[in-house]
Amino acid sequence: MIASLNLYETVPAEDVKIWFKAAAISKFPKNGGACIKYKDKQVAIFNFTRKNAWYACQNLCPHKMEMVLSRGMIGDENLEPKVACPLHKNNFSLKTGKHLNGDLEAIATYPVKIEDGFVYVGFSE
Amino acid sequence: MKTVVVVGNGMVGFKFCEKFVAQSDTSSYRLIVFGEEPRVAYDRVHLSEFFEDGDAERLRLAPRSWYEQNRIELHTHERVSDIDNDVKTVTTSKGKSVAYDYLVLATGSVPFVPPIRGVEKNGVFVYRTIEDLQDTLAYAATIKGGKAAILGGGLLGLEAAKAVMDMGLEPHVVEFAPKLMPRQLDSRGSRVLQVKLESMGIHIHLSKATNQILGNGKITGMEFGEDDILNVDMLVISAGIRPRDELGKSAGLTMGTRGGIVVNNRMETSDPHILAIGEVALYNQMIYGLVAPGYEMAQVAVDRILGKQESVMATEIDMSTKLKLIGVDVASFGTPFMPPEKGHSIIFENKTESLYKRINVSHDGKRLLGGILVGEAEDYNMLLQMYQNEMSLPEHPEVLIIGGRGEGGTSFGSAMDLPDTAVVCSCEAVTKGAICSSVLDDGNENIKLVAKATKAATGCGGCKPMVADLITESLKTIGKTLRVNLCEHFDYSRQELFDIVKLRGIQDYDELLDTVGKGHGCEVCKPAIAAIFASIYNETANRQSTIQDTNDRYLANIQRNGTYSVVPRVAGGEITPKQLIAMGRIAEKYDLYTKITGGQRIDMFGAKLHELPLIWEELIKEGFETGQAYGKSLRTVKSCVGSTWCRYGMDESVSFAVEIENRYKGIRSPHKFKGGVSGCIRECAEARGKDFGFIAVEGGWNVYVGGNGGANPKHAILLAEKVAKETAITYVDRFIMFYIKTALPLQRTAPWLEKLEGGITYLQNVIINDSLGIVDELDAEMQALVDSYKCEWTEAVETPEIRERYTHFVNSEETDDNIEFVSLRAQKMPKAWV
Ligand code: SRM
Ligand SMILES: Cc1cc2nc3c(=O)[nH]c(=O)nc-3n(C[C@H](O)[C@H](O)[C@H](O)COP(=O)(O)OP(=O)(O)OC[C@H]3O[C@@H](n4cnc5c(N)ncnc54)[C@H](O)[C@@H]3O)c2cc1C
Ligand code: SF4
Ligand code: FES
Repeated sequence: MIASLNLYETVPAEDVKIWFKAAAISKFPKNGGACIKYKDKQVAIFNFTRKNAWYACQNLCPHKMEMVLSRGMIGDENLEPKVACPLHKNNFSLKTGKHLNGDLEAIATYPVKIEDGFVYVGFSE
Repeated sequence: MKTVVVVGNGMVGFKFCEKFVAQSDTSSYRLIVFGEEPRVAYDRVHLSEFFEDGDAERLRLAPRSWYEQNRIELHTHERVSDIDNDVKTVTTSKGKSVAYDYLVLATGSVPFVPPIRGVEKNGVFVYRTIEDLQDTLAYAATIKGGKAAILGGGLLGLEAAKAVMDMGLEPHVVEFAPKLMPRQLDSRGSRVLQVKLESMGIHIHLSKATNQILGNGKITGMEFGEDDILNVDMLVISAGIRPRDELGKSAGLTMGTRGGIVVNNRMETSDPHILAIGEVALYNQMIYGLVAPGYEMAQVAVDRILGKQESVMATEIDMSTKLKLIGVDVASFGTPFMPPEKGHSIIFENKTESLYKRINVSHDGKRLLGGILVGEAEDYNMLLQMYQNEMSLPEHPEVLIIGGRGEGGTSFGSAMDLPDTAVVCSCEAVTKGAICSSVLDDGNENIKLVAKATKAATGCGGCKPMVADLITESLKTIGKTLRVNLCEHFDYSRQELFDIVKLRGIQDYDELLDTVGKGHGCEVCKPAIAAIFASIYNETANRQSTIQDTNDRYLANIQRNGTYSVVPRVAGGEITPKQLIAMGRIAEKYDLYTKITGGQRIDMFGAKLHELPLIWEELIKEGFETGQAYGKSLRTVKSCVGSTWCRYGMDESVSFAVEIENRYKGIRSPHKFKGGVSGCIRECAEARGKDFGFIAVEGGWNVYVGGNGGANPKHAILLAEKVAKETAITYVDRFIMFYIKTALPLQRTAPWLEKLEGGITYLQNVIINDSLGIVDELDAEMQALVDSYKCEWTEAVETPEIRERYTHFVNSEETDDNIEFVSLRAQKMPKAWV
């Protein structure tokens, strides 16, 4: 299962080769998240309505390797947008993926764009 | 105009100045101060903090401008070299000569350096001034990773050991006596401390007399006996102090046989125009190496000069001390060692946790005479107060050191029980009365303001917790509380937010955040506020699903592999065979693991997210409804079989349990709550282990509240006796509603009741005698909640938009391939975490 962690690597905006059309905006609850599948990856997408922003990160929580982050609560800490894992409340930055209340490895984040009512996630392959 | 000359600008000399200018009648005096050190007086007690940031400024007791503003003529870096007491003048190292009317000697002391061969070698230091520290630090930097010895295992030696450890050196404490801190600790306490220090990496060498310091020019080791050598690269000597009394000697003042300038209880030396204070003064044949007695001497000296005859030094000087900075709590107070003819000792020792506590109690068991605390000294302040104020002891004094600690629990009363005259801050001699009055009369409502106004907690800081307690408690007496903010997004407590939501009729989390909060919320405030909305409007978790904790958001408890459990309500634990069959069939169909819970119902585990609505649809068809096992809400009401079947039963406990569980089901609260109903005092339903409980007795029901299982078990307390069922329900209605409105987030009823001012008597007054005039309101609010119940799973299953939430992927029909089960007996379980 550790291998599954290596599947996820942050994609900087400039490295995007494929904009994957994930789902309609309406599939993502306001100020909450949902999970999408891309090839063999599970990606959590958050509709941060309050900030008028969208974020995407791996759905896999690096703490116990469970596919749960999309079900976590989002919010902010000192203005940094974050998600709290539903299992043990580990917090990760939605911008950088950094673990905010401990020193687990950072999670991978992905660029998101919205076009014609659809959510697109940027991948490099 | 009279002239007062102060020799020494150390801690006590400074305190003298401060106290002198604080008097209104000093305008006819000229105050001149000479200090040998290059800097203005600084806080020697916190000298070790200099290591943390090398910031000498921070230790300064007052800036130079302070002396100017108060018209004090300060001359630093200028030693007084001679006194001519016939003509009353002093001469300084710079050749200045000054006449005085009163001379105050506050020259302090110097570290005692034993006459060991080789102590003059490089790398040997003492520990008294900022310069000593700078030199030590500079040398330490040249021997990185080396070993450093500390000569002396007393209070200061251990502090120095920690300091050299922080410098990156390996510390070795060398003590002549067979135990550490010989003046403060008994052998057992000292041994516990030794084990603890060794576990922290401090090496201890006891019963060692140092013969010589080895090395050629610079230290390389210490020799204790033939073949007994400790190789070290540095040595800090902390072997006691010697008063700096040379001026006294040359002026012909009466001296102690082992040094120190003799003073009487008004700080006068044998020459009535010369006073001595602080560590140079020998009072009661003692040099007190602590600041608190020095500060008291400063006050007495000021009073003496200004002619206040009544001011004298106490005969008994308190030598209680608490070790600071070292990372292990050590304290001793009063008489730490107790000769058996004066009293007896109660000793508690736990070697595995490095705890040692000893209190000495008078033979009649009424007074505390002293004690020792090693490993945990949280109660030091309170014990010290009991000792100093001769307060009467509880019937079983052992509770003072082993008593019912538990959550927030303490065997002491509150700090408010102390007499007003109790000295809380001994460094600055600030009483409890002064602190409370600063809060109540002068409106200083936090520790910063109180410290500024009274100087309490500005010395060693040991009294800080107690000062904080006094502030909180004083505020409580006028109905104010210290702020307990929910989180960074709301500057309000849960109770305040409850009122805001209710008064303004706010319905949405975002609206609340925009009107009284800031930022975008977090996993702390979201569920807490969701619970407030639920308690006020009885709305289900479905409406604002993304502010709910994960369990509430999906109306199911998440399990370790991200699957969920399903728990239908089985009110009172009563279930029909037909329902059992239905549950069995459904569990089999979805391949769920089943178990009887501790709450008398059945849990089905391992449902995948998308299966939840399907399972619930079938359960609802069979007449089940949600059991809210996921919510901060009523869980179960446990029952025994009662008079329906049981030969001892006094009343129908199952019927009552079913009725009451259905009454409170779905009600959201600060934390979950549970009930129990037993048919007789044999208590098979463990009703007294629940948040509320009923026990049938001859003539009615006994009502209990505030019980808890979990980590801090607690028996529920009797609220009312032998009441009719209807009355019992009314009381519990009010109890729950009052709890919902006033508890902290995630505070169960037991800790809530424990913290409730006035405890059960107050609660009885509110609930039964209506002392607050709110019972009608409580009754109406509870009835509204009861009337608006709906099963949230029925709502979820019937509403397509809610059902849509139950899918692992929003762009694919596939399920989570990360979930793996393994088999367990005849069932299954999640694959273990790696
Ligand atoms: C399933 C069950 C164990 C069992 O297999 O028997 C259980 C399971 C959990 N308990 Fe419990 N408790 C269960 C009966 C109890 C009992 C016994 C009782 O109710 O008579 C207690 C002690 C009584 C009490 O509450 O005072 C109990 C005291 C706790 C506590 C400690 C609460 C406290 O005040 O200290 C927690 C932790 C918490 O809530 O913060 C807890 C938390 C939990 C959680 C919610 C932990 C979690 O977050 O995952 C578990 C949820 C499992 C699930 O998915 O359903 N559980 N738990 C029992 C469910 C009863 C039910 O039918 O709803
Ligand atoms: C590291 C350390 C930790 C300590 N921790 C604690 C603690 O936790 N609790 C506690 O109660 N106490 C503690 N103490 C002790 C406390 O610091 C002393 O009790 C206190 O400083 C005594 O004050 P004093 O004014 O008498 O002496 P000092 O503070 O030593 O001041 C005397 C001053 O007089 C100057 N002087 C001497 N002779 C002359 C002269 N002829 N002319 C001009 N100036 C002169 C000296 O240079 C010095 O500056 C600690 C001490 C040290 C070193
Ligand atoms: S509580 Fe009493 S009546 Fe009820 S089952 Fe137990 S023994 Fe029987
Ligand atoms: S699995 Fe995410 S915090 Fe433990």
